Amino acid sequence: MTELHHHTLAELAAGLRARRFSSVELTKHFLERIERFNPDLNAFITVTAERALEAAEAADRQLAAGEGSPLLGVPIAHKDIFCTDGVLTTCASRMLSNFVSPYDATVVERLSQAGAVSLGKTNMDEFAMGSSNETSWYGPVKNPWDPTKVPGGSSGGSAAAVAARVVPAATGTDTGGSIRQPAALTGLTGLKPTYGRVSRYGMIAFASSLDQAGTLTQTAEDAALLLSVMAGFDPRDSTSVEAPVPDYLAALDQPLQGLKIGVVKEFFDEGLDEQSAALVREALKQYEKLGARLIEVSLPNLPLSVPAYYVVAPAECSSNLARFDGVRFGYRCENPVDLLDMYTRSRGEGFGPEVKRRIMTGTYVLSAGYYDAYYLKAQKVRRLIADDFAKAFTEVDVLMGPTTPAPAFDIGAQGDDPIKMYLNDIYTIGANLAGLPAMSIPCGFVGHLPVGLQIIGPHFAEAKLLNVAHGYQRETDWHKRIPRGYE
Amino acid sequence: MSSWEAVIGLEIHAQLATKSKIFSGASTAYGAAPNVQASLVDLGYPGVLPVLNREAVRMAVKFGLAIGANIARRSIFARKNYFYPDLPKGYQISQYEKPIVENGRLEIVLEDGSRKTIGITRAHLEEDAGKSLHEDFHGLTGIDLNRAGTPLIEIVSEPDMRSAKEAVAYMKKIHTLVRYLEICDGNMQEGSFRCDANVSVRPVGQEKFGTRCEIKNLNSFRFVERAINYEIARQIQVLESGGTIQQETRLFDPDKGETRALRTKEEANDYRYFPDPDLLPLVLDDEFIESVRRTLPELPDEKAARYVEQFGLSAYDAGVLTASREMGDYFESVVAKLNGHAKLAANWVMGELSGALNKENLDITQSRIDPTRLAGLLARIVDQTISGKIAKDVFEQMWNEGLDADTIIESKGLRQITDTAAIEQVIEAVMAAHPKQLAEYRSGKEKLFGFFVGQVMKQTGGKANPAQVNELLKKKLAG
Repeated sequence: MTELHHHTLAELAAGLRARRFSSVELTKHFLERIERFNPDLNAFITVTAERALEAAEAADRQLAAGEGSPLLGVPIAHKDIFCTDGVLTTCASRMLSNFVSPYDATVVERLSQAGAVSLGKTNMDEFAMGSSNETSWYGPVKNPWDPTKVPGGSSGGSAAAVAARVVPAATGTDTGGSIRQPAALTGLTGLKPTYGRVSRYGMIAFASSLDQAGTLTQTAEDAALLLSVMAGFDPRDSTSVEAPVPDYLAALDQPLQGLKIGVVKEFFDEGLDEQSAALVREALKQYEKLGARLIEVSLPNLPLSVPAYYVVAPAECSSNLARFDGVRFGYRCENPVDLLDMYTRSRGEGFGPEVKRRIMTGTYVLSAGYYDAYYLKAQKVRRLIADDFAKAFTEVDVLMGPTTPAPAFDIGAQGDDPIKMYLNDIYTIGANLAGLPAMSIPCGFVGHLPVGLQIIGPHFAEAKLLNVAHGYQRETDWHKRIPRGYE
Repeated sequence: MSSWEAVIGLEIHAQLATKSKIFSGASTAYGAAPNVQASLVDLGYPGVLPVLNREAVRMAVKFGLAIGANIARRSIFARKNYFYPDLPKGYQISQYEKPIVENGRLEIVLEDGSRKTIGITRAHLEEDAGKSLHEDFHGLTGIDLNRAGTPLIEIVSEPDMRSAKEAVAYMKKIHTLVRYLEICDGNMQEGSFRCDANVSVRPVGQEKFGTRCEIKNLNSFRFVERAINYEIARQIQVLESGGTIQQETRLFDPDKGETRALRTKEEANDYRYFPDPDLLPLVLDDEFIESVRRTLPELPDEKAARYVEQFGLSAYDAGVLTASREMGDYFESVVAKLNGHAKLAANWVMGELSGALNKENLDITQSRIDPTRLAGLLARIVDQTISGKIAKDVFEQMWNEGLDADTIIESKGLRQITDTAAIEQVIEAVMAAHPKQLAEYRSGKEKLFGFFVGQVMKQTGGKANPAQVNELLKKKLAG
């Protein structure tokens, strides 16, 4: 018999329904794995074992009564950016190292109502600002494929936890690639939905016009399961979209015959690791075998996405993070002598260097005299990039390319060079700027390190993306690989 | 230097009378214990998001329509960024580049009866901040966030006013209007209605504006007038003694009656406005705007014009009676019950009734005499049961004892004497009792006529019909 942690979320859900094991057994199994592996991985900031077991017991009672949603009783974990009622919610920052949220984020609430059992809160880059999980106040997360490598970021804890199978699936957030890049670097399926598809209420804001909640899972099917519960209009988030949520599971098995895949020329320009490029091309060939047609497309403004992003995102973050002032919650410096002292020391001591860098950048680009030259210009570029995508989608169904320029890099390797770090997101940022849904799925290994294939779709085409990813995963087994030591 | 002209513009902040806050469901009621009416959204907790209150939008549109302004089909909420402990998010959500209301106007009537139109540049929606409490905390500052997130419209005038009196007339007119529209309670003590004044001076005849100063947070009409007058005099004095005006923000100290500098232009915040990504652009369609238009009440100017036309009142009286919607309602109710006699009703509402209300600091909705009972009193003047003078005494008793006019008239026997024979009898008795005065009168000292009137009224307890007394006395005295 295979171990419980060798199963996907969908398989575990089916097993629970068939009463092959209970939710309590499942929960205990994964809690034990967390206890065993987390000291090395550092994937969790908070483990909520007691609450998890209570929820599992409740789920078992419902299962016994033959009730409940497809997610009833399955263990998951939440990125520590989602507010959870009565649980420490840190955003991996010293600033919130004492913050117990008095309410649940909509994502947390919906998954909990569906019966999913949360095991705890995962590590991340501080306030989701980073691509390596090294900016966390709680220390870096290790990549289960190689402990000297980063797992990517900012959802690095969720990615490492699922890759190491200490939890079957986890939530994440993606502002510039924070789900897809760690998914690629840890061999997972990462889904960033369309902006507005999933409520942002209770998700601690980094850059409000770009942030979107999504999933880190083993398979596209698991992503479909979770998204079915997470997606939908929320009256508490004015930017969430009032559009019906399709049946993502039902669409998974549609044939890919005739699928028009746009191969983005700019994704294969210089800067892309050759071996990774070869694996991505191999995956594209696999799609051809499945009946898809490859069409080269160009997104001429895409190279401007990194500079545009690093104006818009810091601008919004400089304002979003102003509420962390030591007045009402979170970290406050000791013995402030006056208001200014309280502000400057609380924020100076509470925020890490990357967060400060972005607050300063954002403050600068919004300042009188610079607003037009930076912020407005970046918004114009953003529109051009969105137009490029819209034009491409008049010709093709989905776009494909690599998720990252290279596989996972060494912990500490890019610490001193923010620009180099920012370039990790060069292929992923475009989808955020345009608000498009995008995925990363594993498509092979360079040495022992996984490589991701990125799939981008038009607005609200999640069902199509999941279908396209699932079709590939039926033919390949990259997504089934488990890092050595975690089997 | 010869003479100077002041140039004044006002920014009026009116709290909208919505039940809940502009971006959260928390109550806006005034006077609760600190921080009990602050939700997680008002407290700026991590992860929370604003959701626009539709009722606040409706009220802003109502105001825009009432001043003949353009209602923006698309307006944008922006963030105004600055740090202050009573500003929980570190930014205020306000409308900056694209406000909901633009290009309106309002006519004011000056003391000499002349009229002037004041332009209203814009009115935009925004959220109020909380309050910092500096007393009672032993050197620390307390923060009360009950007010945080209360909806405001900021009404920005053109620099069209030329004196403190004009500014006050304009502010009063806006005050009247927002209460007519029932979008603001106008309570200035509680801060529901307050203003900032931009003041500059220039030599008469010069077109270019002088450098302006902004006087912050004026919360009474009297303070507005005093602060502006002080500021005008201060600026003229600076300029006449060869100095220059610094563009700065100033505060009015009501105890000292003067303004003092708060911060200069150089020290002003850079608010780093940008569109709030948490809120979509506010898009209004014609149907919505028309639905709001249908809820507009008769506006003060329209009502005053109708009073002149329909009731034959003077423009002045019509203006006084329409200063509040409730005053107008009261007046019209009296007229309806009285079947006309509008001038009489107007005199009594503006005279005795207003006097009694003012004495006890009540507004007309708190009047101890309702329109039906006042009409009952006035009906007795009309049918000559009592004289106007007796009516004033009856009014006082009605006010103090809560009885109606007829009860008082009957129980105190105040019914007017209109029987000619009865009055003549009294006149004859008075003439007989004062032969000396009668002789003097008849020898030409006509001033004594008043003496005889007084005696007759005294003998009848004031109940004799004055017109009849006059007429009959003249005849009898003439012999």
